[in-house]
Amino acid sequence: MDEPADMQTPFVPLVQTNAAIGEPRAVRLLLIGTTVLFLGVFLLLPLAAVFAQALSGGVRAYFAALADPDAWSSIKLTLLTAAMAVPLNTAFGVAAAWAIAKFRFRGKELLITLIDLPFSVSPVIAGLVYILIFGARGWLGPWASAHGLRIIFAAPGIVLATVFVTFPFVARQLIPLMQAQGTDEEYAALTLGARGWSTFWHVTLPNIRWGLLYGVLLCNARAMGEFGAVSVVSGHIRGQTNTMPLQVEILYNDYQFVAAFAVASLLALLAFVTLGLKSLLEWRHGNELAAVRGH
Amino acid sequence: MPGFSLTLGFSLTYLSLLVLIPLAGLLLRSAGLGLTGFWHVLSAPRVLAALRLSFGGALAAAAINAVFGSLVAWSFVRYRFPGKQLLQAMVDLPFALPTAVAGIALTAIYAPNGWLGAPLAKLGIQLAYHPAGVVLAMTFIGLPFVVRTLEPVLEEAEKQLEEAAATLGATRWRTVTRIILPAILPALLTGVALAFARGVGEYGSVIFIAGNIPNVSEIAPLLIMIRLEEFDYAGATAVASAMLIISFTLLLAINLLQAWRRRRGT
Repeated sequence: MDEPADMQTPFVPLVQTNAAIGEPRAVRLLLIGTTVLFLGVFLLLPLAAVFAQALSGGVRAYFAALADPDAWSSIKLTLLTAAMAVPLNTAFGVAAAWAIAKFRFRGKELLITLIDLPFSVSPVIAGLVYILIFGARGWLGPWASAHGLRIIFAAPGIVLATVFVTFPFVARQLIPLMQAQGTDEEYAALTLGARGWSTFWHVTLPNIRWGLLYGVLLCNARAMGEFGAVSVVSGHIRGQTNTMPLQVEILYNDYQFVAAFAVASLLALLAFVTLGLKSLLEWRHGNELAAVRGH
Repeated sequence: MPGFSLTLGFSLTYLSLLVLIPLAGLLLRSAGLGLTGFWHVLSAPRVLAALRLSFGGALAAAAINAVFGSLVAWSFVRYRFPGKQLLQAMVDLPFALPTAVAGIALTAIYAPNGWLGAPLAKLGIQLAYHPAGVVLAMTFIGLPFVVRTLEPVLEEAEKQLEEAAATLGATRWRTVTRIILPAILPALLTGVALAFARGVGEYGSVIFIAGNIPNVSEIAPLLIMIRLEEFDYAGATAVASAMLIISFTLLLAINLLQAWRRRRGT
């Protein structure tokens, strides 16, 4: 990730050489210094703090914390949740982008706005809405418990809340990308006799694969890291309904700081890998993602 | 082109079942309280204080991000310096780092015995367990919105205009305030509005550092959570609906801003 400064990515503009529209050296240094200091304090320091705290009791304590059965069950639940929520939202994202980018219909702008809606809803409210439906005093709560379905304070509720908060990620990456690509290639394939599905698999999918991967990557990071929405519906049953972020909270509130930061360090690693892959995608496939940037 | 009814039908069903109907259900529930019941919940001092902190804190954080986010975006686009690519990749950290992790990390740093908290405490400045900590966490969470919205616009800004201004004798400061700032203003406002919207609803990164003192450093989403744990569904629903209505108004404003940007071609 830390390439030498002379390696140009497609997004870095050429060096500013025109003295008339540059700033004096002192101003430039002040601006750069402020940028580095601000980002250093706000971004690098918290990340460093996670690992410093996680290892503050030594390596042995760190691995002992990770080997705890409750930590393991939270890791499993987090993976399970992401494995359910991400494919669902990916299928939705592709379908929605196909309908929006390839066809004209009334209310399209409204549909795009509604897809973005979950981003402007507080995660706590995202959890609350499902309590109101499936909770013990919710509309479908009595029906669900009569049929032996546990939704709230169980894995299905956690998946639902996660789907809600990660809802727009794939769709909002694909919609501008597919809109920019238009319909010419698909029409060419159809004219040559290809069926709908094979047109999608062999023509559309290769064109959108990097944008799709980009969206899935961000969706997954949020799905694994979601806290507020999941916290409302989980019920915090140790070893059963705690995802990794909830496990972090419980350990922290129990003053088990080393253990809390140890689990947190795994999530920080996930964030690190996500950012690395994201930068790699932007660097290698920047042109194909170009339509996505700026949205 | 095939697949219209299939994809649109699936999208609309999925969207309705998972997002629209649940949200409508929330609004319906609070409508059941009636206007007086709704107002009774909202006018409680603790609720008002929580709403004020969530919206006021998010506004302060958005303002901080407007200044520093512009500065960061400007340095990224216009200058070269060692470590720039690392920092550019790291700007999205608040998107990628789970909020609970950000919350405990910020608390560890700014707590009275933390790396920065200890020296600040000697100066008599308290950030953690104080409303200032709420603003701090909201600033962290909102930072990428401003930087990421501004970067592409600054990259596309026409340097010829700046050159023309300089040729005509404008000072650099005048060029920046009269040429560059108006050109990036719609994008800046969009980024700030997005950061604000995110800050208002933020929960995970805030609750650890806030101290959560009722009437002082308790945010609205936490109050919803507390009401739920007390099985006060009406209270939780009313606060949530109030937040939702304000957030939707904000979303509308953001959309209008973006329409304005498209018309101006930036």
